[in-house]
Amino acid sequence: MSAISTSSSAGDAARTPERPKRRSFLRLLLRNRLAGLGLVVLAAIVAIAILAPILPLADPNATAPANRLLPPLSEGHLLGTDELGRDLLSRLVWGTRLSLFMGVAATLVAALLGSTIGLVAGYFGGRLDNALMRSIDMLMAFPYILLALAIVAVLGPGLLNALYAVAIVNIPFFARNIRGVTVGLSHKDFVEAARLSGMGHGRILVSEVLPNVMPVIVITMSTTVGWMILETAGLSFLGLGSQPPQADLGSILGEGRKVMLTAPHVTTIAGITIFLLVMSINLVGDGVRDALDPRLSAGALARPAPVTRIARAKNADDAAPPEGSPALAVRRLSTRFEVGERIYRAVNDVSFTIRRGECLGLVGESGSGKSVTALSLLGLVPSPPGVIRAGRVWREGEDVLSLSREKLRALRGGRVSYIFQDPLTTLHPLFTVGDQLVEAIRAHRPASHAEAWTQAVALLDRVRIPAAADRAEALPHELSGGMRQRVAIAMALANEPDLIIADEPTTALDVTVQAQILALLDELRRESGLALLFITHDFGVVSQLCDRVAVMYAGKIVEEGPTQAVLEAPAHPYTRLLIACVPILGSGKRALDAIPGLPPAVDRLPDGCAFAPRCPRATAACKEGEIPPVSVADRRSARCLYAGEVMRAATEGSAA
Amino acid sequence: MHLYIAKRLAALVPILFGLTLVVFFIMALIPGDPALAILGAYATPENVARLNAQLGLDESLPVQYLTWLGNLLQGDLGRSYSLNRPVLDEVLERFSATLILAGAALVLCTIFGLLAGIVSAVRQYGLADKAVTLLVLVGISMPSFWLGLLLILFFAVELRWLPASGMYAIYGGGDLPDLLSHLILPAATLAAVATGVVARLTRSAMLEVLRQDFIRTARAKGLPERRVIYVHAFKAALVSIIPVIGIQAGFVLGGAVYIETVFQWPGIGRMLVQAISTRDILLVQGGVLVVAASYVLINLLVDVLQSLVDPRVKA
Ligand code: SF4
Repeated sequence: MSAISTSSSAGDAARTPERPKRRSFLRLLLRNRLAGLGLVVLAAIVAIAILAPILPLADPNATAPANRLLPPLSEGHLLGTDELGRDLLSRLVWGTRLSLFMGVAATLVAALLGSTIGLVAGYFGGRLDNALMRSIDMLMAFPYILLALAIVAVLGPGLLNALYAVAIVNIPFFARNIRGVTVGLSHKDFVEAARLSGMGHGRILVSEVLPNVMPVIVITMSTTVGWMILETAGLSFLGLGSQPPQADLGSILGEGRKVMLTAPHVTTIAGITIFLLVMSINLVGDGVRDALDPRLSAGALARPAPVTRIARAKNADDAAPPEGSPALAVRRLSTRFEVGERIYRAVNDVSFTIRRGECLGLVGESGSGKSVTALSLLGLVPSPPGVIRAGRVWREGEDVLSLSREKLRALRGGRVSYIFQDPLTTLHPLFTVGDQLVEAIRAHRPASHAEAWTQAVALLDRVRIPAAADRAEALPHELSGGMRQRVAIAMALANEPDLIIADEPTTALDVTVQAQILALLDELRRESGLALLFITHDFGVVSQLCDRVAVMYAGKIVEEGPTQAVLEAPAHPYTRLLIACVPILGSGKRALDAIPGLPPAVDRLPDGCAFAPRCPRATAACKEGEIPPVSVADRRSARCLYAGEVMRAATEGSAA
Repeated sequence: MHLYIAKRLAALVPILFGLTLVVFFIMALIPGDPALAILGAYATPENVARLNAQLGLDESLPVQYLTWLGNLLQGDLGRSYSLNRPVLDEVLERFSATLILAGAALVLCTIFGLLAGIVSAVRQYGLADKAVTLLVLVGISMPSFWLGLLLILFFAVELRWLPASGMYAIYGGGDLPDLLSHLILPAATLAAVATGVVARLTRSAMLEVLRQDFIRTARAKGLPERRVIYVHAFKAALVSIIPVIGIQAGFVLGGAVYIETVFQWPGIGRMLVQAISTRDILLVQGGVLVVAASYVLINLLVDVLQSLVDPRVKA
């Protein structure tokens, strides 16, 4: 899971904004091609607007009735003239200057007032927060533009008044966004520390909180400045903003409208200018947001495909199907997460076999690749970024990973089903559990809704849910954690599978419920003779439930064998430590913190044995070359140079 | 469910009360003497004083507010001096025209926004996604008043397919086809920006949901991909899409101001703009109040809808 946890921790980092380094910010911004294009266009427009006074332009207000409504490309008037014969190019440049100024000024005013309200409300909390936010809500009770109109009605039409109106209307966006972030910050250690050191509230807000809130302010500004330009132009268009002879782009458009039928070029040129201006700002704004808050960027939200991407090398020597007819046989499976240049080898050359009716435990720390292994079996690893690069998953003489989409779909939840870790997130929150069961049934065999519902209730009954008929009507959040997991088990049983893959099904539960669920699983398994792949980090659970066990470390199976034999004499130093940190068998939650050090990052695997940095027995030889699995006893193997000695030491240790 | 609606209705009272306060006091802030504005610069001081007394403007502000509120509760919003008719009559008539326009735009932006957003999410990075992303960008960067003018130039002037203005069917003149032919251009214009916003949000909501664990569960139990996307993911995404559609309701109600001006639609937005230029304060007051109150009701509807989709909010 380390690749997954890496990406989610990147998400966490994005949620608590920090000031990024300026150079990397600009680089991020420019990596986005559209944002770069927007920046170029915007820079050009801004430059022209700023340079307006020194550009060789005609007087924008000089009327010339003789020259009225000249078309573009007329002599002396590149873009033609308006209905009073004024030079359109000049008016446009000056209008752009005015519109830009209005939009930016309105944004600054809104940002200043809104951020202040948000900072104060979020920092002080309590009644002040309540009062401020209620007032903000009141502002938001008005439709956006209507409020601006009401304000202009009060202040009277005019340039500055339109600017104030648009600014006020946008205050709530700033206040809400900034308050949200500030609330989160006001209890952070560094703020508490500043408070204890006797710093005044004002100074804390400015020197401790503000810098951390700044990215949010910048994002909100960059996403609202476009609107504000549009809104101020709109008010001018209605005749409520800039007053003649002064004209912003909206006024030019509004005036042009009167002569639209005879001289459409006036409105068209003004319209295109506003459009280009706002679009370039929006492009840059999106770029800024993506750069400052990567979680929101398009790439971070890649949609997982229905089946994991499978891209295996042709000349693999793994093609031979297994002997006999096991429930499942995995051969040399490799699943990787490929994120840009980085490659996380989450599952690395993994092979194992589950015989019919057998329970195999797959044990390892989080990040060992055990869950990714489980998900790979039916192509459920999210991709992007997951890719299955090698291996076969044999079942009934066929390679599951080569099946057609439709056959794979029929297998999923049919003969092979899954139980996942936390049923609160793995059940759909908005459908009743009964409906979710009905769906599972009807995905695999034709049945009317009523028939399927009866079966669903029977299934709930089978997993010992009391008052099953009533509970079927419940939504997942209305049930307890244990009940929810029973529902998930019922769902897995819906189509009488012969193999259930259970991925840490009890980890999210408390100890007593855990024991009940384990007992239920064991009972069901013996009752219907199904095979079980049980994934856990807890050796105690394995010893209760599993016939055989495979131990995973850094994407590889490092030891495999019958549970009893492995427990008595582990052949791999890692297994040995794992077993040692189970204090009481089956007490669950105990993390594997007793092993010093951390598992290696699977994008930077060391040469040789991946466990070497933490291994008490490691020698120089351990750090060279691949360590192949060696057979240490009947149906037992381990990937350790000293497997035999480790095993012997364990036997002697327990004998002693 | 009923309890939830009752609670929400009860919560409306203070909000509506707050609205009347805001609207009244904003208008009371207006500088200058309204009576003078009404009577013109040549009015005698006696006439001004008489009108002030008539309008109750010689009382203190709280008294004025209470009188105003009392009248309001009896359906009396005063009389528009520029139109010389009761404000309420004018406002309701105009507002019904706006509701038709805004309602049509809201329906359009919901349908097309959802469709575009879903297609875009499902075909992420595909051609359709890129096309939608581009259209969304154009839509939200386009000044709606200019888009309206463009559509008039193209469809009404160039092609002569649809009328550019002259919507009077509401007053009993025309029939439904006539109304629709007048409605298409302004409604489409008004919906453009909102469609972009809905599409953008639908896309990201769908993408967000498609990463959730319960989608993996849906796939693990062998549901066809169509069902995974259009039932499981879409229903969960609706939870974050519905509030955005509620916000769009506010945007189209307000944005109608521009569109009504461009298409000469006899709605309340145009009425407000005219009332502002003639300084007809009572008319502005009444118009703002009615639109804002209706927006509050729309928000209530949105919340109820939300609680139907997501029963978890019921509590
Ligand atoms: S190979 Fe070496 S480092 Fe690896 S587990 Fe065995 S003894 Fe330890």
